[in-house]
Amino acid sequence: MNGKSETTEKYLKLYHDNIDKISDNSAPYLNSFREEAFGRFSELGIPTKKDEAYKYTNLSLFFDHDYASYFIPDAADFEKAEEFRCDISDMDTHGIVLLNGFYPTINEKLRQLPSGVWIGSLNAAAKKFPEIIEKHYGKYAHTDTDGLVHLNTAMASDGIFVYVPEGVILSKPVQVVNLVQAEVDSFSQHRNLIIVEKRAEFSIIICDHTLSPKKFLTNAVTEIFVGEDAHFDIIRVQNEHNAACKITHTFIHQERNSVASSNNMTLHGGLIRNSTYHYLGGEGAESHSFGLFLADKWQHVDNFVNVDHAFPHCTSNQLFKGVLDDMSTGTFNGRIYVRPDAQGTLAYQKNNNILLTDDAKMDTKPQLEIYADDVKCSHGATVGQLDGDALFYLQSRGINKREARLMLMFGFAHEVIQNIKIEPLRDRMDNLVMQRLRGELSRCASCMVKCG
Amino acid sequence: MEKAQDKILSEVTSGEYKYGFYSDIEMERIPKGLSEDVVRIISSKKNEPDWLLEFRLKAYRHWLTMKMPKWPNLKIPPIDYNEIIFYAAPKQRKTLNSLDDIDPELKKTFDKLGIPLEEQKHLSGVAVDAVIDSVSVKTTFKETLAEMGIIFCSFSDAVKEYPDLVRRYMGSVVPYTDNFFASLNSAVFSDGSFCYIPKGVRCPMELSTYFRINSANTGQFERTLLIADEESYVSYLEGCTAPSRDENQLHAAIVEIIAEKSAEVKYSTVQNWYPGNKDGLGGVFNFVTKRGLCKGENSKISWTQIETGSAITWKYPSCILRGDNSTGEFYSVAVTNNHQQADTGTKMIHIGKNTKSTIVSKGISAGKGQNSYRGLVKVLRNATNARNYSQCDSLLLGDKCGAHTFPYLEVDNQTAIVEHEATTSKIGEDQIFYCNQRGISTEDAIGLIVNGYAREVINKLPMEFAVEAQKLLQISLEGSIG
Repeated sequence: MNGKSETTEKYLKLYHDNIDKISDNSAPYLNSFREEAFGRFSELGIPTKKDEAYKYTNLSLFFDHDYASYFIPDAADFEKAEEFRCDISDMDTHGIVLLNGFYPTINEKLRQLPSGVWIGSLNAAAKKFPEIIEKHYGKYAHTDTDGLVHLNTAMASDGIFVYVPEGVILSKPVQVVNLVQAEVDSFSQHRNLIIVEKRAEFSIIICDHTLSPKKFLTNAVTEIFVGEDAHFDIIRVQNEHNAACKITHTFIHQERNSVASSNNMTLHGGLIRNSTYHYLGGEGAESHSFGLFLADKWQHVDNFVNVDHAFPHCTSNQLFKGVLDDMSTGTFNGRIYVRPDAQGTLAYQKNNNILLTDDAKMDTKPQLEIYADDVKCSHGATVGQLDGDALFYLQSRGINKREARLMLMFGFAHEVIQNIKIEPLRDRMDNLVMQRLRGELSRCASCMVKCG
Repeated sequence: MEKAQDKILSEVTSGEYKYGFYSDIEMERIPKGLSEDVVRIISSKKNEPDWLLEFRLKAYRHWLTMKMPKWPNLKIPPIDYNEIIFYAAPKQRKTLNSLDDIDPELKKTFDKLGIPLEEQKHLSGVAVDAVIDSVSVKTTFKETLAEMGIIFCSFSDAVKEYPDLVRRYMGSVVPYTDNFFASLNSAVFSDGSFCYIPKGVRCPMELSTYFRINSANTGQFERTLLIADEESYVSYLEGCTAPSRDENQLHAAIVEIIAEKSAEVKYSTVQNWYPGNKDGLGGVFNFVTKRGLCKGENSKISWTQIETGSAITWKYPSCILRGDNSTGEFYSVAVTNNHQQADTGTKMIHIGKNTKSTIVSKGISAGKGQNSYRGLVKVLRNATNARNYSQCDSLLLGDKCGAHTFPYLEVDNQTAIVEHEATTSKIGEDQIFYCNQRGISTEDAIGLIVNGYAREVINKLPMEFAVEAQKLLQISLEGSIG
């Protein structure tokens, strides 16, 4: 990018004005990355439609706006966070709440679960476990083209930290409730680090909610290390109002024979961009990337996936689906990258979308880049409507058209939902999607904001 | 087994380029380099009318403001436009009334290439327009075609004889501002073919243009304009070869097709420019803009291409489906061997209602070749009931080559059905084993498998071309199976 846009200038200024405050409040090791990352951000700037990775997503709508940002958490806010209750009552999880990107201070900053798993604030962990942080922080979030990742590295000071020691199998998932609440329009960034050591098994659910009807912009980066033979699942449930813009970058680094899956369930949100990077960094690693979004009104949902096959005999699978209603727009940008020595690669990618109105628009870009010969790779993408034959089949058996359409759409969505391994969450998702398809759920469950 | 395969692979991939000879024809060249004066010289050499000179100058001035695009998945060495000769023509082409007037060297060249310039010998009937370096040297069967009202001549002749048609259609599909190489071509194009099929006429024979780069250091910039008026039909062939040279040569052409109501155009290319030697030295840069406009209702444009030559191929034959019920097709086989690179594909723009498009692309990579499919399927808001089916397969023959797929699907209409699927895989060892086991050598087995793989596309070619294409595939891949 040559010549910095006005928008980028604004964020450059934000950094200069606040860097001292940010640094004072966070661990030295996190600070040591800031300057360089900021340098890279000033070169790259805020992505525009000229950047290939953001070709169909117009961020300026949200980034041009003026936001308030704060860099030291306010204790009073956290009481509000405490009031929030997840409405999936039968789901047994270890819960954590993150408010506007900060870990609540009224709890302990870090807590240890029975099996020796640590969960808590990244900032606190960076002070308490410097050797773990130094081994992993900033090691996986590699990107040469996305300025937003660098902006996050330069300015984020807190987020979630999870450490699962070798061989520990945590039967209950950890649930992070990611709240955004403020009386003014705000911009926040947080940074998560999840480490799953050898032979450990762990799953995490990240739920995004907005609690007040202001305009929000969130730019989050999550780095995940999955050790040898470890199993890891991450499920995101995104339920934000229409004036919220959520940008997530998730980097999953996998070692030998590990299995990892990522599942992005986007139910509601103004502008959502999920970038998921899978790095298969050892022989026999297996990765799954799933995504489902239901968009209506003026919403825009963009799923970006990059699967990097760096070692031989790895397997990857991508399945992304979207249902677009009203004037909503959607984007899928998936890439399978097979490096020269990654022989024996199996990689699949599938993207299906349904357009419900003439005003909805879907752009999809499934890509294969293959530099090894002993591979089996395929991808398929479709944009269309419900299958006329299937509809006829159901109608001919006495199911009315409206119900038949719903059944087909539900079946379409369920193909993604069924990959969630946590049963109460899976049922809940089925339920929410059904309600959403019936039009009974124009806003998110548990949301106090009426957006429209 | 592995070793035997590797050996055969290397033999296959090391097949020599057959058309690498150079003919010593007396040529007229202008000095190297590009400037407004050069554009004027080209125009005056061809005695062009003012409006055409104006068009060239506008294009040149626009080109100066542009930069070479960087988005393709190609490694292109920098091109010095001041080292290229922009105009080279065989001399003494004043009065070409009979074949005897053609320079015997030139005739020999075409005989060597197997291009029938002599009408009487050629019974199957393919009308040929031969373009050498920058200039069309001979168009056969002109009279036979004229009886049916078909115009088939060199572009320069068309400018003189049918200025109205040329003026009306030139640049209407590929404007001079379209892209870097289209602007360059619009400024300096030297010749090409022009073809007009009148209303209701079904062209009785295949029309064919044969392109040959002969001189050193020259760029070839030709322009083809093909107009099929209402309810007409034409099948058009294009073939290309060039001598083997160590330096790269630039070929930047434009092909524009206009299909009026219910017209059908079938455009087939067998591209076999010099691909460079085994170490990637030399070869032609083939940067071509090809686009067809389905202007009227029920019109149809079908592109078929066999891309085996060129060091770098960078082209996207496209269809703009403007007329209701119009159809666009794209069938492609692209082979990259040794150090060849290809970034090719198509664009299908659905504008009219009930428009249909089909894309079948087969990439074959061997040696250190890099082969990319890049395509766009765009369905505009008003294109009700648009239908697209794309299939892009890649076959890998070797562990140093690459195959890439970059499809773009942009859908803005709920009634559209757009499907894309792609697979990439190695040639099946079980298939080779099956053949071996029945007494077919590995090399022949590979030939069989590749031909079977490409059959869907080759079947779309006119017969004479299909035979040639099959042979070409075999030669291009000689020794390349792993």
